[in-house]
Amino acid sequence: MSELPIKESREGSLRIIRRGLSLSPQIIEGWRVTVLLTLLGTAGTSLVPVVVQRSVDNGLGTTDGGVASDRIVMIVAAAGLLLLISAVAAYFAKIRIFTGTERGLTQLRVLAFRHVHDLSMLTQNTQRRGSLVSRVTSDIDQISLFLQSTGMILVLSAGQMLIATAVMAFLSWQLTLVVLAVFVPLVISLKVFAERMSVAYDHVRQTVAELLTTIAEPVVGAAVVRSYAIERRTQQRIDDAIATNYRANVNAQKIVAITFASAILVGGVANAAALGIGVWLGVVGGMSMGTVIAFIFLITLFVGPAQMATQVITDAQNAVASWRRVIELLETPADVVDPGPGSTPLPDGDLGARFTAVRFAYPEGPTVLDDLDVTIEPRQRVAVVGETGSGKTTFAKLLTRLMDPVEGTVQLGRDTAWADVSQVSFDDLRRHVVMVPQEGFLFDSTLAENLRYGRREATDAELEAAIGDLGLVDWFAGLPRGLATRVGQRGESLSAGERQLVALVRSALADPAFLVLDEATSAVDPQTELRATRALERLLDGRTSVTIAHRLSTAENADRILVFDAGRLVEDGHHSDLVDAGGVYSRLHASWVAQASLGVRPETMVR
Amino acid sequence: MTSLDSLGGTDTTNLTRRGFRVLGIGIGRQKAMFSLAVLFSVLFGLTTVADAWVLGWATDHVIRPSFADGDVATGALVAGTLLFITAALLRMISVVGRRLIGGIVYYRLVAGDRRNVTRKYLRLPVAWHQSHPTGQLLSNANADVEATWMVFNPLPMAIGVIAMLIGAVATMLAADVVLTLVGLVVFPLLFVLNVVYQRSQGPRMAQAQSLRGDVSSVAHESFDGALVVKSLGREEEETARFATASEQLRDANISVGRVRAVFEPLLEALPSIGVLLVVLLGIGRIESGATAPGDVVQIAYLFTIVAMPVRAIGWVLGELPRTVVGWDRVRGVLDDTTQMPYGPAGLDGTGPIGLRLESLGFSYEPDEPVLEDLDLEVAPGSVTAVVGSTGSGKSTLATLVTRLLDADEGRVLLDGRPAAEIDHDALAAAVSLVPQATFLFDDTVRSNITLDADIPDETVWEVLRTVQADRFVQALPEGLDTELGERGTSLSGGQRQRLSLARALVRNPRLLVLDDATSALDPAVEQRILRALAERSQGEDGPTVLVVAYRKATIALADQVVHLADGRIADTGTHAELRERSSAYRDLVDAYDQARQEVDHE
Ligand SMILES: Nc1ncnc2c1ncn2[C@@H]1O[C@H](COP(=O)(O)OP(=O)(O)OP(=O)(O)O)[C@@H](O)[C@H]1O
Ligand SMILES: Nc1ncnc2c1ncn2[C@@H]1O[C@H](COP(=O)(O)OP(=O)(O)OP(=O)(O)O)[C@@H](O)[C@H]1O
Ligand SMILES: [Mg+2]
Ligand SMILES: [Mg+2]
Repeated sequence: MSELPIKESREGSLRIIRRGLSLSPQIIEGWRVTVLLTLLGTAGTSLVPVVVQRSVDNGLGTTDGGVASDRIVMIVAAAGLLLLISAVAAYFAKIRIFTGTERGLTQLRVLAFRHVHDLSMLTQNTQRRGSLVSRVTSDIDQISLFLQSTGMILVLSAGQMLIATAVMAFLSWQLTLVVLAVFVPLVISLKVFAERMSVAYDHVRQTVAELLTTIAEPVVGAAVVRSYAIERRTQQRIDDAIATNYRANVNAQKIVAITFASAILVGGVANAAALGIGVWLGVVGGMSMGTVIAFIFLITLFVGPAQMATQVITDAQNAVASWRRVIELLETPADVVDPGPGSTPLPDGDLGARFTAVRFAYPEGPTVLDDLDVTIEPRQRVAVVGETGSGKTTFAKLLTRLMDPVEGTVQLGRDTAWADVSQVSFDDLRRHVVMVPQEGFLFDSTLAENLRYGRREATDAELEAAIGDLGLVDWFAGLPRGLATRVGQRGESLSAGERQLVALVRSALADPAFLVLDEATSAVDPQTELRATRALERLLDGRTSVTIAHRLSTAENADRILVFDAGRLVEDGHHSDLVDAGGVYSRLHASWVAQASLGVRPETMVR
Repeated sequence: MTSLDSLGGTDTTNLTRRGFRVLGIGIGRQKAMFSLAVLFSVLFGLTTVADAWVLGWATDHVIRPSFADGDVATGALVAGTLLFITAALLRMISVVGRRLIGGIVYYRLVAGDRRNVTRKYLRLPVAWHQSHPTGQLLSNANADVEATWMVFNPLPMAIGVIAMLIGAVATMLAADVVLTLVGLVVFPLLFVLNVVYQRSQGPRMAQAQSLRGDVSSVAHESFDGALVVKSLGREEEETARFATASEQLRDANISVGRVRAVFEPLLEALPSIGVLLVVLLGIGRIESGATAPGDVVQIAYLFTIVAMPVRAIGWVLGELPRTVVGWDRVRGVLDDTTQMPYGPAGLDGTGPIGLRLESLGFSYEPDEPVLEDLDLEVAPGSVTAVVGSTGSGKSTLATLVTRLLDADEGRVLLDGRPAAEIDHDALAAAVSLVPQATFLFDDTVRSNITLDADIPDETVWEVLRTVQADRFVQALPEGLDTELGERGTSLSGGQRQRLSLARALVRNPRLLVLDDATSALDPAVEQRILRALAERSQGEDGPTVLVVAYRKATIALADQVVHLADGRIADTGTHAELRERSSAYRDLVDAYDQARQEVDHE
């Protein structure tokens, strides 16, 4: 490996840490005091060797009288006092570190969470959510763990070794050199150990991710696993993942054990060296007996940190990696951002939409919508139809600015007052434009809470009125607990159609000027669907609406139909015109009529 | 997490006893390995004491004589250095052994219980899964298993420390009885302080852990519901919700930190205080000639090196509450007796099978029946459509028929045999359900369809053509080998549904249950699929079909239509008959026609 990449990655780490600290300034708030307190707090550990040295040299080391007991008592008393001060300093240092890092990281966590909601990635790629969640959970936890535990050990160890070295150098520079010389090979080999350890832990992390995914299979996909009787296959995959994870862990453990233990051996060698050379120096150079013994105590102050060093380095690498991921997330430009103070207001009242030369592609994907020019007039009821994968949902998401086009512009407004959607403030936009997606996603709470997502301040009576307005009284009456019904995780204690009905009521409560329904009633029975959508139309009378549906009954009644095919708008017109035109729509419609009405096709009569 | 929250109030003596029982179980599972780890750990304890003894010996036999005589005591010096190195070597070996083998014990215990829990998940019925939150089940198999056995990390060390303490006290006694008393005060104090520390930390850590879970569920839910959050402009409220959870976690973490800040400096200072006491008392002992200086040095050094390991006992005792809570939660899954046993019977023959429901009843909540008293006969090879308004119980019926749920009353018969008596593999081979909600694995397109069964690619492509998914699968970057999911590609709603359909069709089931499985399909595609199925049924090798549908052509294909209303079968018959007889049925299925007529009349 050449020098360059290593250096670069170092610089990268420094940049990450600097950036991370600037994002959470609380972490280093008053760091001078904290460092001072920490050093003071560590000083306690170096006291013991000093006391031993002083005591031995003041006569404790001889049996033939001459013990300066008063002096030793004084020394011990002073050390006791210092020990107390040191402990108190350590207490305050720890408190400061904990509060500072927790405050700073919580701020970072919330910042990152907020940022994720401004990334189109979230709504574009429903699958990547798991890793976004870990940015605001485990990654932050990892940083916090490092700053409070291992990082703290790092600072303490560094302080401890620094002070120990100072004490050693003060006692005898020759012996200090000897001890340092013994530890040098260890320090050098640590680099190698740390690299291997980080490789080992990377592997562990991968196996953990794999393990979590496979373990989720029988939980999330319980019904599929059961109905296809693929328990054995699933178990096999889980067993394999567990075994791989086990092997990776044991492998990492080997490196941990060896690095941890090698410091002990080095400590033993250092002891032997200090003893041998110390005694020799004592005899020929007049070094004191206390000094030799004190060195053996001081060496323990090196062994501890050396044992922990590889662990500390690995944890530091992990923490920086986590920090980098969070920062990279934050540095991903919020592509769907609120334009802020300079926003263009939407005109009150009716709204239309205009697509100009719009092209869209999902990141790293092919173009899925191309060359789109279309204007939806205010108050128009537009139906969007097309084959699966033709780009209908994509169109709806661009219209409601859940994502921005790759090329071209999307505007909202009417007459001469048009605003680029990317220039409209979120508040304004969401007040005027609401989309109901196909997945009737509900939050794990009560029915009332979920409806209030549409209008925050709505009273129970208003909620019930909205249900009534959509002609859903019968359904609502069938819920034994009414508004207090708990809908379960993702709303799964309700039937699929019921979830969509809740989403529909929610949108009615939001009372938008422009409503976009993306197969919002695909699981609702025809009678209820017609009743509800008609009621919705009545409620939103004169509003603009865009409806995507495979049930072409919607299209038949629409003012205008947009037909998509393979990412292009291929037909645009009124139902009767398009049926006569003999294109994509007439084909789709013919089969819809055949489906929706009885016995049109002779083949079906055969049976 | 509730059990963790209540930890503070749990009877601790009982907790310790139960904790020790879990330890016993774990040791029992890994007897040989654990004994080996303990052996190494005892070696570690004894060599640590030996290390201090070497220093004492060196002080009295090397250092003092050399300094006194002004001449290096060469022979003793060599012996001293060798002793230091030998002790260190033995300690090193013991540490490698303890850490490695101790680690193996821990990882084996974790892996073992992960296997146990996931095996149980695969046996527990779907109804059980429905009533347990996903997040909880995932943490049972992961965090809880780890929490249960975490204690095995410090356990061998703690046992070795006991040996070390005995050795330490013995050498101290041999050196000086009075100074030993310091040890007898300091060590137990260290120990007690540690236990108090870990015990007050335990509930706080548990609290923080549970709040960490909360933060994670808020994030999960909020990102899962991103479309709703965004399209209704609720980002700020969601952020506030997340901030509240995060701040609670922050406060809990700070409270953990406070306890740490109090105890850690104390625990660090205590051995140093011990050394000071030894020195102080040592003066008198040496003056009176009762003790050699080497003994004082040795005892002081013992304090320095024994202090850290002694804390291992505290770690073990501190872990015990978490062990017990983790164990209880894991046992909660393993001991769950909910079951839905499969019988031994096979389903003989080939070709379509008949289905019969006998006074079937079901409820999710007690006293709120969803289905009541269903009687139905479906002839082999026929197509039956289930029609009913939203929430009338169609999906529930579909899951009962495919035996994902068991009925509370009555029974389901397949080819005259109660479904409950049929062997699991035979059932799955014969019956396929395409559920209303599409579920795809984070896996390749091919695996999602074949589920790793031995199915040739040609067959897969043929089925993909039937559901008109061939074109888009071909267009995927790696065709059938394209990864879907977290690390892979996203598909549109209709595309996902087609793969789910292909999964069922590729198996040539003898009874096919389609639960509104074509809602995102273009009408033409749906028609083609059903027609193909119907034709095969007529040819005697196609499946019996039970289809939840609203489209009239689908219904018209059916030999029999079942009208579900309010959890009961309101009527059964052909479409024409039902239209004749029932206005409710007409209103339901003719809704679009009626709407179209109204338009035409306008
Ligand atoms: N897991 C559950 N827990 C409690 N109640 C449930 C659960 N699943 C469904 N229900 C209730 O049971 C009733 C029937 O639900 P089911 O899903 O069978 O209806 P469905 O006929 O399939 O409706 P849809 O046409 O909307 O799919 C509904 O009222 C629903 O609220
Ligand atoms: N998140 C995504 N990442 C990458 N490609 C995507 C993503 N979502 C959809 N696509 C692809 O973009 C194309 C258009 O998808 P879109 O969801 O707009 O189709 P649709 O017309 O709504 O289809 P359907 O009727 O099935 O809902 C499809 O080919 C699909 O595979
Ligand atoms: Mg779509
Ligand atoms: Mg259903």
